[in-house]
Amino acid sequence: MEALTAKNVTKRYTNHLALDQVSLTIPQQTIFGLLGPNGAGKTTFIRIINQIINSDSGEISIFGEPLNEKHIGTIGYLPEERGLYKKLKVGDQLIYLAQLKGLSRKVATEKSKAWVKKFEVTDWWNKKVEDLSKGMAQKVQFISTVMHEPRLIILDEPFSGFDPVNAQLITREILELKEKGCTIIFSTHRMETVEDLCDHIALLNKSKKILEGSKKQVKETYRSNTYWVEHKGLFSLSSDKYELIEQRNLEDTFFKSIVKVHDNTTPNQLIRDLTEVTEVHSFIEKIPTMSEIFISLVKGGSDE
Amino acid sequence: MNKILLIIQREFLNRVQKKSFLIATILLPLIFPAIMAVLVYVAIEQKKNATKEVVYYVDESGLFVPDSTRFIFKKFEGSLNDAKKALQQDESYGLLYIPPFELSNPKGISLYTKVNPGPSEIGNLQSLLENRIRELKMQKFNIDQKVLDSLKTDVSIQSVNLSEGGQEKTSNSTVLFGVGMTCGILMYMFIFIYGAQIMQGIIEEKTSKVVEVIVSSVKPFQLMMGKIVGLASVGLLQFVIWIVLITTLSSVVLAYFGLEMPQQQMVNEMSQQNPAMQNQGSMEFMKMMSQIPFTYVIFNFLFYFLGGYLLYGALFAAVGSAVDSPAEAQQFMFPITIPMLIAYFGLFTFILDDPHGSISVWLSIIPFTSPIAMMGRIAFGVDDWQLALSMILLIAGFIFTTWVAGRIYRVGILMHGTKINYKVMAKWFMMKG
Repeated sequence: MEALTAKNVTKRYTNHLALDQVSLTIPQQTIFGLLGPNGAGKTTFIRIINQIINSDSGEISIFGEPLNEKHIGTIGYLPEERGLYKKLKVGDQLIYLAQLKGLSRKVATEKSKAWVKKFEVTDWWNKKVEDLSKGMAQKVQFISTVMHEPRLIILDEPFSGFDPVNAQLITREILELKEKGCTIIFSTHRMETVEDLCDHIALLNKSKKILEGSKKQVKETYRSNTYWVEHKGLFSLSSDKYELIEQRNLEDTFFKSIVKVHDNTTPNQLIRDLTEVTEVHSFIEKIPTMSEIFISLVKGGSDE
Repeated sequence: MNKILLIIQREFLNRVQKKSFLIATILLPLIFPAIMAVLVYVAIEQKKNATKEVVYYVDESGLFVPDSTRFIFKKFEGSLNDAKKALQQDESYGLLYIPPFELSNPKGISLYTKVNPGPSEIGNLQSLLENRIRELKMQKFNIDQKVLDSLKTDVSIQSVNLSEGGQEKTSNSTVLFGVGMTCGILMYMFIFIYGAQIMQGIIEEKTSKVVEVIVSSVKPFQLMMGKIVGLASVGLLQFVIWIVLITTLSSVVLAYFGLEMPQQQMVNEMSQQNPAMQNQGSMEFMKMMSQIPFTYVIFNFLFYFLGGYLLYGALFAAVGSAVDSPAEAQQFMFPITIPMLIAYFGLFTFILDDPHGSISVWLSIIPFTSPIAMMGRIAFGVDDWQLALSMILLIAGFIFTTWVAGRIYRVGILMHGTKINYKVMAKWFMMKG
């Protein structure tokens, strides 16, 4: 069973199309990166999942069930624009937000106390949010997002505003939640986060989904069959199986070359051919980073 | 439904736990009677203890007979110029100079003082002289004081309200005017204060961005209703506390002043200056006060406060959801306040003067003006059908404004940095789910 499936979800605002026939599948117990440039429709999609707004057409189901009001307690949402009641004390705030998610007052109190203890912020319990620093408030907000034990957690730019220490704490927490069986949707611009954490990704651009799949699949699809070779002594390849893209001098007689391999040639074949013409010191396949894939797709899209 | 209750509860606690609520609720009803009591007390004490000032007089006419209720008069033997010099070296208040004059045309009477005299001092001296001259004139015309007294007649029309059941109620339009005015002004103030608080609360939620978290748990309409109803319950609590406090306090004050209401003290003070009123004053006033159906007025006040608050509160909520800052809200508040202002000024120009006139009646029936207009009329007695129609329309009115506001609200709270005008709001209103 999938954590979330979206079929042909479309949302039109008065003067523009925010989502155009978007279909997605988010497998359970994965960290799913929802990527895309600003204005691609990520926030609209997230708001539709959270039932803040309704889609014009299309279907969404969560854990096999069509999206409905019961799912409010199933989902935890950390919006990009963070916000808490400034005048409310941390404890009251956490209890209130958990109650709104459907927890009883008793359970909400127990849970929030446990989380506050876990994050070592017990002293803040009676402090008003306006007296906390930005990072502290972010922690409180993170607690409020996951406190009601949602099975689906939606994090919009979760690391913005955290210092490296707290970012690490949050990362650990996210991985732990995944271990426990949660599915996490990440919406972010930070490609290094995607590279490190995400199992699956989808890329939205201009209201349309232009890419979806597991990180491995995506990289496989976008591998360019290009290899980095460091070698001693110059060489040239005469065969039309290969294409020498770049060759530059590192020091003395050491060079670095980028070689593109045409179809049906294995890396082993390339190594064999190379050893005949030069002394190979290193050989690496140039795998595209998520960032490169992102940029090339989004730019390619905008050139149309 | 359960979640609306949670929001109402949160909103209620947020306001009630604030110190400002405690201060406003407990101090306000204490402050008014306290100020009143202090003023009355000071006025009485001042009267009792006031040391009388010395006024010298130079009487060249030989007709002046001093009366020492207000001033101590001392005759100055000598010329006016000597008296002026003496005044400058003296502690006395002033110098009254009465030249020889004809009774028919008294001229040249002057008061010399070192400080500018107040109107009451001049008035006192003037009436003293006028009375003296009248006396002399009467002697001249051989009129007896008794004859003169018998010429004077007091007529006061007793206004009796004949109700349909045939019961007679004595009413006093001045008192009813006062009740109507107080209720009308209070209604205007409360709707404004509470409406503005809703707006402020919503702007806070919007600017602090917490609203996105909340609407992922509850429907925007639930959030809006929760806030409006939560604040209404705060308002009701405040009223109940005020009514209890004022009732208790006034009975305490009443007991202290020997079973006389503070207002009545003032009525007495006034009637002392106007002897004609003296006899009726206090008794009549007490009678009038007991004639006003306070429970009826309070019940209606609460109903119209709730209705008017819900009607305007929803509009204030819509404005709050649309804007990004209180400053931006100003321009949208103006059109909302126009009907309230019409009712407010109508209160003074015609509703209280002519509570049963057709404009007054219509203003008290149209939902946007009815809370204030009806309060102006209520003490004068309102036909049952008018009251019922007005109440039904008010309920329909707030259901309508809440519906309109809800549609603007759900879109507005998620919009940031948009340039807002009525066209944009209309677009939001039309937008489907």
